[in-house]
Amino acid sequence: MQTLILAGALLLMMSFAYRFGRNRVLAQVDGRPDALHSLPGYYGWWVALWCGLPAFGLLTLWLMAEPSLIRALVIGSLPSEMQALSDDQIAVLINEVRNAVLGHATANPALAMAAEHYTHLTRVGFAAMAAVALALALGGGLYAYGRLEPQLRARPRVEATVKVFLVASSTAAIFTTIGIVLSLLFEALRFFQMVPITDFLFGLGWSPQMSIRADQTGSSGAFGMVPLFTGTLLVSVVAMVVAAPLGLLAAIYMSEYAQPKVRAMAKPLLEILAGIPTVVFGFFAVITVAPMIRSLGEVFGLTVAAESALAAGLVMGITLIPLISSLSDDVITAVPQSLREGAFGLGATRSETIIQVVLPAALPGIVGGILLAVSRAIGETMIVVMAAGLSAKLTFNPLEAVTTVTVQIVTLLIGDTEFDSPKTLAAFALGLVLFGITLGLNVVALHIVQKYREKYD
Amino acid sequence: MTHFLPEGTVKIAAQNLGVFYGEKQALHAINLDIRAGEVTALIGPSGCGKSTFLRCINRMNDMVDGARVEGSLTLDGNDIYDRGIDVVQLRARVGMVFQKPNPFPKSIYDNVAYGPRIHGMAKDQTELDEIVMNSLEKAGLLGEVEDRLSESGTSLSGGQQQRLCIARAIAVSPEIILMDEPCSALDPIATAKVEELIDELRENFTIVIVTHSMQQAARVSQRTAFFHLGKVVEMGDTEQIFTNPQHTLTQGYITGRFG
Ligand SMILES: Nc1ncnc2c1ncn2[C@@H]1O[C@H](COP(=O)(O)OP(=O)(O)O)[C@@H](O)[C@H]1O
Ligand SMILES: [Mg+2]
Repeated sequence: MQTLILAGALLLMMSFAYRFGRNRVLAQVDGRPDALHSLPGYYGWWVALWCGLPAFGLLTLWLMAEPSLIRALVIGSLPSEMQALSDDQIAVLINEVRNAVLGHATANPALAMAAEHYTHLTRVGFAAMAAVALALALGGGLYAYGRLEPQLRARPRVEATVKVFLVASSTAAIFTTIGIVLSLLFEALRFFQMVPITDFLFGLGWSPQMSIRADQTGSSGAFGMVPLFTGTLLVSVVAMVVAAPLGLLAAIYMSEYAQPKVRAMAKPLLEILAGIPTVVFGFFAVITVAPMIRSLGEVFGLTVAAESALAAGLVMGITLIPLISSLSDDVITAVPQSLREGAFGLGATRSETIIQVVLPAALPGIVGGILLAVSRAIGETMIVVMAAGLSAKLTFNPLEAVTTVTVQIVTLLIGDTEFDSPKTLAAFALGLVLFGITLGLNVVALHIVQKYREKYD
Repeated sequence: MTHFLPEGTVKIAAQNLGVFYGEKQALHAINLDIRAGEVTALIGPSGCGKSTFLRCINRMNDMVDGARVEGSLTLDGNDIYDRGIDVVQLRARVGMVFQKPNPFPKSIYDNVAYGPRIHGMAKDQTELDEIVMNSLEKAGLLGEVEDRLSESGTSLSGGQQQRLCIARAIAVSPEIILMDEPCSALDPIATAKVEELIDELRENFTIVIVTHSMQQAARVSQRTAFFHLGKVVEMGDTEQIFTNPQHTLTQGYITGRFG
């Protein structure tokens, strides 16, 4: 709350700085902007940035450093016998102090004192920081205000600052990704110290539950990912068999046949389909599709498991139709009209034109879209958790229950988890494999799409 | 509007032809004869309806939503817009070359073979080869692409692409070839080659060409029609149109005073 007020105050100062800076530089040239090096607004921004940046920088630093700083000071103020305790025990004490600060009174008088100290430090620290920040804002603003002159190169400076911000934002996203990948990698490496990587990659059995039984050592559970991988593959293949033709045909209809009115109606409808949460689709798969397939199978004398790869795959395929159709629609529409006219001009019919000219021209883009959908199918979780089953069976029969990489990651991490058991760490190894596969597919797909783009732009 | 009586055989005849795009009328009561074995040039300022007229002849305007045609347009005496006319067959008889070269993203061979294939014109591979080679030869492209027939048509230069498109049109053995500013995207040397080609093609085909270049019209055509605001202002022998125009509008246009 205090922080927000401070930030608000700083923003307010920045807006004043903007106005003063702009007005002053305009006054310097008697209101004739053409005598300025840059547009007047840039001078305003320049002053505002000088006013705001140092102060916000301080605020950010404070927010990052404050907890550990205060913690160190509070520990320093504790009685010496408490300070002699081990780190873990001190952590417990500090926790109690924090609770006391929040109003849960503590029985220990030393800790109660420490809590008071804590509150005091927080308050004083913030007040001091706020004072410095406001002073910085004022000082920075005045400094820049004093240096304003018509020949000041305000625009390049403001633009450079903007660029720094943009670079910082994009690196933040990149570093987050790198961090996630690294943590996946390290946890997976820990797992591979317990279970040989070859056993994991090529093992045919998956039963991680065994490994947590007391009478067995961790690495004797079966951690072969092949059955999970085949399960993922099976469901994805079923999904793509549904999604690729339907999505593509829908795209062809929309881009080549549909009247503008129909198109205007149908496109948003397809997008609504894309917006339905996958959990709802999972529901639909379990409640409706699976029983339907089952009774249909009975008609033909087939035994179908209550949860089957077929049910999950079918429903997943439906969820992928909008993705494929909208990507394909884009690339089909991007095929130059002149190619169609060329074919029509030779006497080709509409379907001949589409099959022989438009689709081949759009093919790379369509393949790219389908690969993106495959990578989505492989990573899809909710529908398979609900509808594919849990049995890690090495099978290519879509009527049986299977389990997938994503389903196993979920089950491994649900419930009581110890963060150093192979069972838990296996999830990271699976995650790493999944990440590797989808990354590879995405790179290939994007590369193909890119290549296609270059051809017609 | 005067009706220009034919001297040779009339291949295509427009009588009171009007074309609308929705509410907007693009062509008004066009009366025009196009004679067999000649090159007819259509000239006139942008937006005057030259392309629209050209695209009536092979019914490409059918593709445009809201396009409507009235009056009559005949090919060898048969109404092009008759219900009984099969558009696919019509377009096999009336080929078209577009403003921007538009080879299919297929091999050079497949580009030329495309038309004969969809019309089932070749009994076997040998016959198809023959048609393709013949068309490339007639389009004056064979020497340049003989040893790279399997390369993509889009890998050729602009001028070569346009001649490939001409070869593609020829391969269907049309009676008429429509050309809509076929040289406007080409450099002068490629343009000269295409013009030379048009002159040779006159032996076997009736050609209608839209052009913005007066010199081009004068060089390649025997007859010229001057369009203005959706009407034919003047039609006659090319020489007469360029040396002795009857209408002040025509004179203004060819001397470059407007357009
Ligand atoms: N597809 C279309 N839809 C609506 N109006 C069109 C269309 N094509 C052409 N027009 C209009 O018809 C008129 C004639 O166009 P066009 O035949 O292309 O002229 P030109 O080829 O002589 O430059 C123009 O006014 C143009 O705006
Ligand atoms: Mg035109």
